[in-house]
Amino acid sequence: MKDRDTILKRVRDGLAETPERTPYPEYDPACAVMRQPHEFSSLWELFAWRMKSVNGVPLHGWNALGDFLRERALKFGYCDPEYTEAIAAVCGSLDITERFDRNDLDRYEFGITAAAGAIAETGTIVLTDAATRPRLAALAPWIHIAILQEDDIWPDSPTALKRLGDDPSVIWVTGPSKTADVEGILKKIEGVHGPGVQVCCVV
Amino acid sequence: MKSTKAYPTRQPVDRYASDLSPSVQESVYNASKLKTEARVDALQRDFADPDANRRLAGAIKQHTLDHLDTYLEQAESSLRENGAAVHWASDAESANQIILGIMQRNDCRRMVKSKSMVSEETELVPFLEKNGMEAVETDLGEYIVQIDHDHPSHIVTPIIHKNRQEIARSFEREGLGAYDDDPTVITRRARDYLRSKYLEADVGLTGANFVSAESGRIVLVTNEGNARFSMAAPRIHIALVGIEKLVPKDRDLSLFLSLLARSATAQCLTVYTQFIGGPRHRTQRDGPEKMHVVFLDNRRTEVLSGDCRKILRCIRCGACMNVCPVYRQASGHAYRGVYPGPVGAVLSPLLKGKEFPELADLPKASSLCGACNEVCPVDIPIPELLLRLRNRAKHEHVSLAARGTPSMGIWARAASSPGAWKTALSAGRLLNVVPHGFLNLSSPARAWQSSRKLPPFRGGAFRKWMRERNPPKNGVPSPDRKSEPDS
Repeated sequence: MKDRDTILKRVRDGLAETPERTPYPEYDPACAVMRQPHEFSSLWELFAWRMKSVNGVPLHGWNALGDFLRERALKFGYCDPEYTEAIAAVCGSLDITERFDRNDLDRYEFGITAAAGAIAETGTIVLTDAATRPRLAALAPWIHIAILQEDDIWPDSPTALKRLGDDPSVIWVTGPSKTADVEGILKKIEGVHGPGVQVCCVV
Repeated sequence: MKSTKAYPTRQPVDRYASDLSPSVQESVYNASKLKTEARVDALQRDFADPDANRRLAGAIKQHTLDHLDTYLEQAESSLRENGAAVHWASDAESANQIILGIMQRNDCRRMVKSKSMVSEETELVPFLEKNGMEAVETDLGEYIVQIDHDHPSHIVTPIIHKNRQEIARSFEREGLGAYDDDPTVITRRARDYLRSKYLEADVGLTGANFVSAESGRIVLVTNEGNARFSMAAPRIHIALVGIEKLVPKDRDLSLFLSLLARSATAQCLTVYTQFIGGPRHRTQRDGPEKMHVVFLDNRRTEVLSGDCRKILRCIRCGACMNVCPVYRQASGHAYRGVYPGPVGAVLSPLLKGKEFPELADLPKASSLCGACNEVCPVDIPIPELLLRLRNRAKHEHVSLAARGTPSMGIWARAASSPGAWKTALSAGRLLNVVPHGFLNLSSPARAWQSSRKLPPFRGGAFRKWMRERNPPKNGVPSPDRKSEPDS
């Protein structure tokens, strides 16, 4: 408590001789929304185009996801209980589990979890603590597949900020995990700690 | 350092620059140039008037600083409402003790650390290690800094001064596999090794890029996902936050995030942007049960009360160092503080407090070209602040800051005596006939002239011109001039 009061007193003393305090500027947060290179017919079209531009994989419909899983010859992974039936219907050969064991992270080739929303402007997927369970299943496997309802694609980041709600952990995911630490090569190195392949399937 | 001997009067930054190996200089130059160009492209492509956004963000930050007392108290109560414990640390030592105390009270031994420049300021890792704790850096660059016992040379890309061959040798030495300098292999090895560390850890420590006073949300951006992992596996989350990190409202975040990502790495958004509003959700199995936030002062209030308050707007994007011609030549270690580049040239000496003279040379390590101000996402007038600090160094008679500057004493004496001035001007013509090698009497002159040639001396014609021109009528000089003066 001593430090708290000391710091706040120092702040007040430091501000005391400010002749004119800058007012909070009136502005429309839409000024931070980027312009797009051309018109898109729907939010899904824009989202998919943007997501591809950051090396993400947008898919439309369960069948598209089935094709993706088969093409990659995937065998074993985690799936949120809500989607196991739908996955089994489009890709019967998969061995999927509804249990994620944190002591066996590398066994899971993929994790299928829910997304709470998406931002079309930037091709971003929105994960929340309440919807995306468990945290590690959306993070540790090489491939993360987020399942999204098409109505939950929001136009831009100011809209997404308004939907933060009361969830204690909202994560905006824009493409696969990357690093620029090795010789400043940002685009080439993916899958540093998080997924090397980021998929979003809109259903 | 041979160049120290050769030029005992040179500024430390110059010495670092000349001692830098060509390969390091090339790494730094190429990476910083690449990022500067990509930043400009991204901003011009995406916004009609990117400058307007920079100025707006600057005004919001300035407003926050000018009302910091109100916003700090608001942030504290929002954080408490979110279920986080709030701690206050007036200096580095106090912050480290608070963090150690949290670990001890919760029977913690192991920490995974996400990138945090503030923790570099407090030297948290060595402190925890001394007290029997394990603390592992998880950002790839910071991890390499840690195993090499090195220091970050850039605030966004800490190992900008290393190339892949050096990294591969470090990994080989640490037993992470045989030498392989393929960046993908390097990254995979770090991924595998650090996973076990995340799972063993009891505590995940992060910084904060922003804190919304309105909602108490801590905003964190990473490209690698290490901050996510640090908050998915361990049971306790500690965020160490400088008191200047606040923004008033959630609505302000889209502006700041759009500027931060583009300024730092030319991305529209950083890959992972996390909004942390407390410990994990009741339905969630992974993630921290407890969240602690430590607000750190460490002389920020001193900066706030001085005439360089605007430097506290900084959102640590690194754009000013990427664009700086001095940083590109000298690299980050030349700045001898946690924050390199133009922002560091202002902030590092200020954060030294009474030891300001130790870094008082940094404000002089700038050509005042203004590029740092032009790229700053919060429009900090860095050159203006550098001038204020130069002035301070002069008033405090800091010898380090004056090093390499020829004494003005002789000039002052000549300029205040017309006779001496006249003689000096006529003598100046001798410079055109005497070989310049003979003039290298003092070290500053030698250092200056080692890379420059004097132009022919054409001075001394002013008085002659004065005499020959028409006398003024009613004090107004006649427009009928016979000749223009040379100087």
